[in-house]
Amino acid sequence: MRKPLRPDRVLAVAQCLALAVLALAGLGLVLVMAGGPALAIGISVALSGSGWRVAQALGVAAAGLALWACLLPAAASAIRPLATMARALSGRWCQAPIAAPYLAEPAGGGLWRPIAQLRDDPAARRDLAWMAVDGCLGGVVLLVPVVAVVAGLVVFIGSRVLPQIPPPAYPGNSTGSILIAGAALTAAGLYAAPWLLRAHGALASMLLGPAGTAELEQRVQHLSRTRTETIDAGAAEIRRIERDLHDGAQARLVAMGMTLDAAGNLIEEDPKAARALLFEARDNSAKALRELRELVRGIHPPVLADRGLPEAIKALALDTPLRIHLTSDPEQVARLSAPIESAAYFAVSELVANVTKHAQASQAWIDIRRENTMLKITVADDGRGGADPAQGSGLRGIERRLAAFDGVLAVTSPPGGPTVITVEVPCAPS
Amino acid sequence: MRAVIAEDLFLLRDGLTRMLQAHGMTVTAAVENGDDLLSAVNEERPDVAIVDVRLPPTFSDEGLRAALQARKDHPGLPILVLSQYVEQLYARELLAGGAGGIGYLLKDRVFDSAQFIDAVRRVAGGGTAMDPEVISRLLARNTGDGSLSALSPREREVLALMAEGRSNAAIAQRMVITERAVAKHTASIFAKLDLQPSNDDNRRVLAVLAYLGA
Ligand SMILES: Nc1ncnc2c1ncn2[C@@H]1O[C@H](COP(=O)(O)OP(=O)(O)OP(=O)(O)O)[C@@H](O)[C@H]1O
Ligand SMILES: [Mg+2]
Repeated sequence: MRKPLRPDRVLAVAQCLALAVLALAGLGLVLVMAGGPALAIGISVALSGSGWRVAQALGVAAAGLALWACLLPAAASAIRPLATMARALSGRWCQAPIAAPYLAEPAGGGLWRPIAQLRDDPAARRDLAWMAVDGCLGGVVLLVPVVAVVAGLVVFIGSRVLPQIPPPAYPGNSTGSILIAGAALTAAGLYAAPWLLRAHGALASMLLGPAGTAELEQRVQHLSRTRTETIDAGAAEIRRIERDLHDGAQARLVAMGMTLDAAGNLIEEDPKAARALLFEARDNSAKALRELRELVRGIHPPVLADRGLPEAIKALALDTPLRIHLTSDPEQVARLSAPIESAAYFAVSELVANVTKHAQASQAWIDIRRENTMLKITVADDGRGGADPAQGSGLRGIERRLAAFDGVLAVTSPPGGPTVITVEVPCAPS
Repeated sequence: MRAVIAEDLFLLRDGLTRMLQAHGMTVTAAVENGDDLLSAVNEERPDVAIVDVRLPPTFSDEGLRAALQARKDHPGLPILVLSQYVEQLYARELLAGGAGGIGYLLKDRVFDSAQFIDAVRRVAGGGTAMDPEVISRLLARNTGDGSLSALSPREREVLALMAEGRSNAAIAQRMVITERAVAKHTASIFAKLDLQPSNDDNRRVLAVLAYLGA
C-alpha cells in the first residue's frame, strides 16, 4: 500500500514552498524593472484626471521615473544571484543539475555591469524571461500543493480538536465527511508535490540552462581567448629564444672568432700567448655548447623527443633532488601527440620545481595515466601545502598552456598540506 | 687498439677517426647508423666501440639502443657512448649490467684530446668513464637527502672524480695531492658510506656509482 505521508513527499511540499517564494521574489523583481515607467505614466494620468495640473502630474511622473532609474541597477544586479539560486535549488531537488549559461565577461564595470549583462549576454535576458514566467506560473502552481496540505490539515485537525464547533451547514455535511475531505486534500497535495517539482525542474532547466547557441557562444569565446593566449605565449617564447641565442651562443662565437684571429696573428712571434688564446677559444666553444644545451632542454627536452612522456618524466624525477615515486602505465600513455606531450611535460616540470622550491616535502608522488581520452597526471607531495595559482606565475602559466588543449589544472593544497595537483588534458586515442 | 665508430655527422666521424689514429689507434669501421654498428661489431670484434646516442633513421636514442644491444650480443664489449647532452636515465641503463667497460660522455669532451683518449683507453681496459655532468647531478640528488653530509668537501671532490672512473693516480694529479693522500681519502669515504673497500679500481667505481643510485 502506498502511504501518502512519506518523508520525501513532505519534503517535496516544503521545497515547493521555497521555490514558490523564490518565484514570487523573481516576479517582484521583474515588476520593479518593467513596471517603473508604466507606473509613472499611470500615476501621472490618474493625477491629471483627478484635477491636478498637467505640469504637476508630469513632475510627479518624472520623479517616479528618476526613482526607478536609481532602483534599476540594484534590481538588475539581483537577477543573477536569484537565477543562480533557482538553478542550484532546482538542480539539487529535481536531480537534474543545471549548468550556468553565462558568457565570461571583462572584469570591472561597476554599477552598470548588470545592465550591460542584460544587453550583451542572451543568458541574462533568458534569466529575466524565466523570472516572469516562473513568477506567474510557478509562483501560483507550486503553491497549490502547499495550500492543499495546509488547508487539509487545518480542516482535519480543526474537526478533531474542535468538534463542538458546528460544521458549516450544507447538504450531506457531517464530521466524518469533513474528516475525509481534509485527509483527501492533504493526500492530494502530498501526491502532487513531487510531480509538480519535477515539472518545475524541467521548465527551469529549459529556461535557465544553457541554450544551444549559448553553449556555442561560450565555446567560441573560450576558443578565441585561448587562441590569443597561445599565440602570445608562442611569440614570447620565440623572442626569449632569440634573445638567449643572441646574448649567449652567438656572442660566444663572435668572441671565439676574434680570439682565433688574434691567435693567428701571434703564432709566429709569441707561440706561447697564441696557445693560451687557442685554449681560451676552446673554452668559449664549450660554454657556447653548454648554453645551447640548456636552451634546447627548455624548448624540447631530449628524452621527451627520444622516448615520450613517461620516460621523460622519469628522467626529470632522476634529476630532482627529492624522493619521487613515479607510477605510470607506459603502454597506456605510449606516444601522444607532440604538443600535448610537451605541454604535459612542462606542466609536470613546473609542478616538481614548485615542490622542491616551496613545499619542504620529504617525498613526492607522480602518477600518469590515461582514462579513455583523458590524460591524467597527478603530482602530490607531503609538504606544507598552501599552493595558490594567484601567488605566482608558474601555476597560471600551466593553466594557460593547458587551456589551449582544453586541459585543466586542479589544485588541492590546504595549509599544512598535503598538496595534490592534477592535470587533465583530453588526448585523442592514438 | 682497434676501435669502431658510429656517428652520423661526417665532420665528427672524420674528426674522431683522425684523433684516434693520431694516438696510435686503428679505426676498423666508421659507420653512420645503429644496424651498421651491430654488424661492424660482429665482424670486427673491436677493443672499443664509440657510439653517438642519436643516429638515423629515427634520430632518437637509436645509438644508445644499438649500444645496449651490442653489449647483450657481446658481453663485456667496451662501449663509449657520446652525446650532445647527458641524462642520468641513460647512464643508468648503460650501467645496469653492473660490469665495467662503459663510458658516457658529452661530445664536448673531444675538445680535450688528451683527456678524451684517456677515457677511451680506460673504457677499452674495462674501466668506466662517466661525464662530470652526470656525476655532479648524481651528487646533487644524493646531497638532497643528506646521505653525503658526512663527507668533507675534499672527500666529496675525490668521490666525484672517483665516480667519473678515474684512478687514484689520475685523481692525485688532478687535485695536486699525493697518491697516498688520495688513498687516505678514499678509505675514509668508503668507511663513511659503509661500502666494502676494494683494491680493484673498477669494482670500486661501480660500487660508488651503485651507491649514488646511478
Ligand atoms: N607544492 C607546493 N607546496 C606548497 N606551496 C606551493 C606549492 N606549489 C606552489 N606553492 C605556492 O604557490 C605559489 C604559486 O606558485 P607558482 O608556481 O604559481 O609561482 P612561483 O613558483 O612562486 O613562481 P614562478 O613559478 O613564477 O617562478 C608559490 O609562491 C608557493 O607559495
Ligand atoms: Mg613555480
